[in-house]
Amino acid sequence: MAKDSRLILDPLGDDNPITIQVLGICSALAITAELKASIVMTISVLFVMGVGNVVISLIRNIIPSKIRIIVQLTVVAALVIIVDQVLKAYSYQLSKELGAFIGLIITNCIIMGRFEAFALANGPWRSFLDGIGNALGYGLILIIVGFFRELLGSGTLLGFPVLGDPIAKTGLYSIGYENNGFMLLAPMALIVVGIIIWVQRSRNPALIEDN
Amino acid sequence: MEHIELFFKSIFIDNMVFATFLGMCSYLAVSKKVSTAVGLGAAVIFVLAITVPLNWLLDQYILQDGALAWLGEEYASYDLSFLSFIMFIATIATMVQLVEIVVEKFSPSLYNSLGIFLPLIAVNCAILGGSLFMQSREIATLGLAFNYGISSGIGWFLAILAIAAIREKIRYSNVPGPLRGLGITFIITGLMAIGFMSFGGMLTGGDEEVKEETTVQVETVKEDTKEELANNTLKEKE
Repeated sequence: MAKDSRLILDPLGDDNPITIQVLGICSALAITAELKASIVMTISVLFVMGVGNVVISLIRNIIPSKIRIIVQLTVVAALVIIVDQVLKAYSYQLSKELGAFIGLIITNCIIMGRFEAFALANGPWRSFLDGIGNALGYGLILIIVGFFRELLGSGTLLGFPVLGDPIAKTGLYSIGYENNGFMLLAPMALIVVGIIIWVQRSRNPALIEDN
Repeated sequence: MEHIELFFKSIFIDNMVFATFLGMCSYLAVSKKVSTAVGLGAAVIFVLAITVPLNWLLDQYILQDGALAWLGEEYASYDLSFLSFIMFIATIATMVQLVEIVVEKFSPSLYNSLGIFLPLIAVNCAILGGSLFMQSREIATLGLAFNYGISSGIGWFLAILAIAAIREKIRYSNVPGPLRGLGITFIITGLMAIGFMSFGGMLTGGDEEVKEETTVQVETVKEDTKEELANNTLKEKE
């Protein structure tokens, strides 16, 4: 039982898919200008990984190993189509904003990576836990990045102004604070993730790479 | 002109790595040495140049709303665009496998340099991303789709080549321990992306539009002054 809980907890910290395993970075960077988009992306990946890992784990003994990549891609693509259709039905605006990046969950390396590394060798229940754990670890980074980019970039969280009104100069703005519009642009996502990696590795020196 | 504009736009302004973060996983994983980076970059150009036009054809003649009209009138009302993810990824996976077999058969030397990267590419977001952005940007003709595939591939190639060269050199610098490897690569990529943002105004034709607006304003001002002058002269006559 203790081992099972590690399947969920490890990816949140020292075995994080983004900062340690270097998987699934594309979407982590592209959609994190707003906290809301990060949360929706996390939920989508949580669903796709949880279900996908179980499905692959159930059929792992009947997939011929030569065509396993195509089989895996088909399973993921089917799940992603479900996510895409649900988003289109219930939150059309958001699905427009996320656009191609929902589709890109298919090639999110995190999913293929966990299929190859875990689901093909383990039973359904453990695969499910592994999927959930990795999706949560991925979501954790997404939400941290989204939080800082939205807070510093536009002074809001989930669309609500938390630092005061920049036009009426209330709250923090009354003492001369300005939004850093640069945080909303693409390059800052990379730098924020770089800083997260820096913080994480200085807290745990065992993770430092040698040159 | 349209072709040249799309070509430079996809390489520099909408660079896959720096503007849309596509293919970051392999970009970070395979950029430790210039020689392997060149191999992977070439393979990406190659596969994009094949799959983007192919998926364009699929999109135009099978997936889009009403695209099946060529089969007969009763098919004209079908909209299969929700299937595009699965069709695109299937095309990419099979094409990659096919290319691998063909290259292995006809050019063993090319296979030796590209071969190990080809299976990696099926799951590279840059390839699927190329097709999905081709769809969402509504590229108009097959020629333009081919152009888009090649030029985004070149943009990706340039990015991975640059970061690999920097990483080879940075081995000799004293990077703070926790940033070594992945961390510093992220930050350098961020700085490079800032550099690439400066291409943003290159082909947008922004200057021309501004000029038009000002000339229009000037003309209206002139007309106003003319009217005023006319009014004045009228008044004077009165």
